[in-house]
Amino acid sequence: TNEWRLSCVNKDFSVCPSYPPVVIVPKSIDDEALRKVALFRQGGRFPVLSYYHKKNGMAMLRSSQPLTGTNGRRCKEDEKLVNATLRSGRRGFVIDTRPLAVAQQARAKGGGFEQEVHYPQWRRIHKYIERFNILQESFIKLVEACNDQSHNMDRWLSKLEASNWLTHIKELLTAACLAAQCIDREGASVLVHGSEGTDSTLQVTSLAQIILDPRCRTIRGFQALVVREWLQAGHPFQQRCAQSAYSNSKQKWEAPVFLLFLECVWQIHRQFPCSFEFNEQFLIMLFEHAYASQFGTFLGNNENERAKLKLPQKTMSLWSWVNRPEELARFQNPLYEANSLVIWPSVAPQSLQLWEGVFLRWNRPSKFLEEAEEERINIIKYNKELQAKVNALRRQLAEMETDEVEQEEP
Amino acid sequence: FHAVFLLQVENVKLLDRYANRKAASGTLYLTATHLIYVDASAEVRKETWILHHHISSVEKLPLTTAGYPLLIHCKNFHVAHFVIGQERDCHDVFTSLLKLSQPVKPEELYAFSYNPKMSKENREMGWKLIDLRLDYQRMGIPNDSWEVTDINKDYEVCSTYPPEIVVPRAATRAVVMGSSRFRSRGRIPVLSYFYKENNAALCRCSQPLAGFSARCLEDEQMLQAIREANPGCPFMYVVDTRPKLNAMANRAAGKGYENEDNYENIRFKFIGIENIHVMRSSLQKLLEVCEMKSPSMSDFLTGLENSGWLRHIKAVMDAGVFLAKAVREERASVLVHCSDGWDRTAQVCSLASLLLDPFYRTFKGFMVLIEKEWIAMGHKFSHRCGHLDGDPKEVSPVFTQFVECVWQLMQQFPCSFEFSERFLLEIHDHVYSCQFGNFLGTCHKEREELRIFEKTHSLWPFLLQRKQELRNPLYRGFTAYKELQPNTLPFSFQFWCGMYNRFDKGMHPKQCVLDQLLSCTSQKVTLEDNAAQLEN
Repeated sequence: TNEWRLSCVNKDFSVCPSYPPVVIVPKSIDDEALRKVALFRQGGRFPVLSYYHKKNGMAMLRSSQPLTGTNGRRCKEDEKLVNATLRSGRRGFVIDTRPLAVAQQARAKGGGFEQEVHYPQWRRIHKYIERFNILQESFIKLVEACNDQSHNMDRWLSKLEASNWLTHIKELLTAACLAAQCIDREGASVLVHGSEGTDSTLQVTSLAQIILDPRCRTIRGFQALVVREWLQAGHPFQQRCAQSAYSNSKQKWEAPVFLLFLECVWQIHRQFPCSFEFNEQFLIMLFEHAYASQFGTFLGNNENERAKLKLPQKTMSLWSWVNRPEELARFQNPLYEANSLVIWPSVAPQSLQLWEGVFLRWNRPSKFLEEAEEERINIIKYNKELQAKVNALRRQLAEMETDEVEQEEP
Repeated sequence: FHAVFLLQVENVKLLDRYANRKAASGTLYLTATHLIYVDASAEVRKETWILHHHISSVEKLPLTTAGYPLLIHCKNFHVAHFVIGQERDCHDVFTSLLKLSQPVKPEELYAFSYNPKMSKENREMGWKLIDLRLDYQRMGIPNDSWEVTDINKDYEVCSTYPPEIVVPRAATRAVVMGSSRFRSRGRIPVLSYFYKENNAALCRCSQPLAGFSARCLEDEQMLQAIREANPGCPFMYVVDTRPKLNAMANRAAGKGYENEDNYENIRFKFIGIENIHVMRSSLQKLLEVCEMKSPSMSDFLTGLENSGWLRHIKAVMDAGVFLAKAVREERASVLVHCSDGWDRTAQVCSLASLLLDPFYRTFKGFMVLIEKEWIAMGHKFSHRCGHLDGDPKEVSPVFTQFVECVWQLMQQFPCSFEFSERFLLEIHDHVYSCQFGNFLGTCHKEREELRIFEKTHSLWPFLLQRKQELRNPLYRGFTAYKELQPNTLPFSFQFWCGMYNRFDKGMHPKQCVLDQLLSCTSQKVTLEDNAAQLEN
């Protein structure tokens, strides 16, 4: 569409070290303005386009927190940028992933939130997503609970509840639904940010796209989503996925942020088993490679580092391997039927289940579940073959009939 | 469908769990058998049917701005929240439902008026569909050690056992009669399942009237006969499925459990499954959790834990696993009992049989299992399911727990059952519906007295007719899996949303894999026919 442009203002990573060299911004905002906006946002992460909803022309932007500080600093270019995404007379929503109190306290350290007086067309919603360090603690507790061999049901349920892992899943799904609702149902543009804009922000924007955009549910589309919203967007994989749940030392920056996102995708997949081109194995594979991989795709914390490390020259891309036909075949969902729907997951506790494929992989035999998957694949494959055979036979029959008719004509 | 409406009320709203005020107004009808709510407001007419027999409680809630609310809880966990415009109407519906949902006499039950178009011969054949003798034959009985006896044909031995029971050949009439005087309600040790691969036998009975020191020679001889019928193992297990404390308390009442000193070569074991009152209360708490409007994850998990429900399911499953393992691996015969031998005993014996024998995982086999271990062996369906207006303390979800154990097994072994979850839910519905005669009354003797077999229909032919929609498309066949060895670590048990939040459609996956696969396999047949036709 005409309202957006590609900007290379960050081509040497000087404006924002954690952004990619090319970003999408409203057409009416020039690079000079972007430099000013970058000074107003933590880490230089000015608002950029994350997703454009073709259905109604609404946009989802993401950024980091504005550096309003205690003086109530403002940046007219920042206001102009976000307002450029609004349709005339319509308002937008700012989804702040911090609780209101935290957002207010952030001012003391130079951060803050978009004040109504400067952003009158924007309504702010605080939808709390857990900070990454809390997530790590949850993760460790959950893994520990899964390894508990005592046959005590109460203890298991108690530990599961105490880990809060499923609570985080529910919170993230709810936040993503909220963002998606604003865009699809309210017909409003949305700006998502937390503090740094590198964790909960990316979880929300990428998950919202799974809900809104059927293309993200295809294999290639999902890969593109991960590349755009996680790798290029500067999620610090190096820091977050250093050790996982069993490390002896307590890592300060470690957190299963990406895993939480993948699990939310799996939860939605469970509820809409025919709407995803990929299967559970695909998601598990991505989880594994984010932590430890022979490919360079998930190395480094952002594009800047990856360029410095010369990763494209020195390492192989995960995608080049995954997209080989023989590999892709393993990751196909036999039940997939392309649709153009927006899919709304249920966030009721009864609808959410523990991701056994990740957390109980080594604790129980997978043989019977694998056999079930084989059966599903076979049933659908055979059906397709039969359908093709019937179609071919019909064509043959039609040809034979026209031949006969032609022969009869004098 | 009875065309006569006892009551018809306009201006009624059916609210969903979020009490949506914008709910449309519809009409409520009461027939002799059902409550029917019709919402004709949208393009597609929506009907909600509730069988009176399924209703477990009706409550009037406080007046709201929308009208007079009526909350109906059903035995199949359907919860319906109506709001009725007029107070008079609400009261009429309330009093009618109270009466209709609490029949007093057996003759009032639906089964006695249910009259589908069917010839007399077909109806009778329906009752003959399941023949327990054939199952014993399948196990190889009668054989050298075991026989099917009609010693109980006039219920001399035990009034709650069927006329035909399987006992060791070596047990003389005197032994049988003697043992029956020493067992609670005369429920002597009889065969439940014979594992012909190694001659180990799974037997069941009720608690002995041992008190602190009583003995009975014939009962000891009975157990000896059971043990000796299995020469492959020098000992046999006697399993009491009650918690030790409860069993000990029973001794003070002159009952109790077997003393290892008095019975040669038995190994006695307690497997603590709680009693019917604990289970009733546990289910009640579970349902409260399921009904919470918008619980947090914490609320839900804490509620689930506090209900204890999954803990009890695990206890039943663990017991079944123990029995199956003893028979299969230790080659030992096992005698199981609880107090009366018709609740926990039925659960664990049927579960163990299912684990050992793939036949019981087929449609026919499952029906046989229920007819044998539950219906014939005198599980008090009428009392446990509250068919008639009776003692609420007798009501308990014993059969529900068994059905859930089967469902849990389906989650771990998706290809090993011929039928799907839907089959289980249908059976569960009908245990409470009283539409068919199978589950009426408390034992065979009572069913004969009520003339069930002459006056009502059997459920099984009706379910078999619907095999196509009730089957499991992933079933790999009879020989694919022999015994099932489930993992019973706590994380192996899932919350059964399809049962306890069955009617909350929003909570279930929006696209149904089962339907997809079923339609594939039914299409398959049509496509294969088409292909064959076209080839010709």
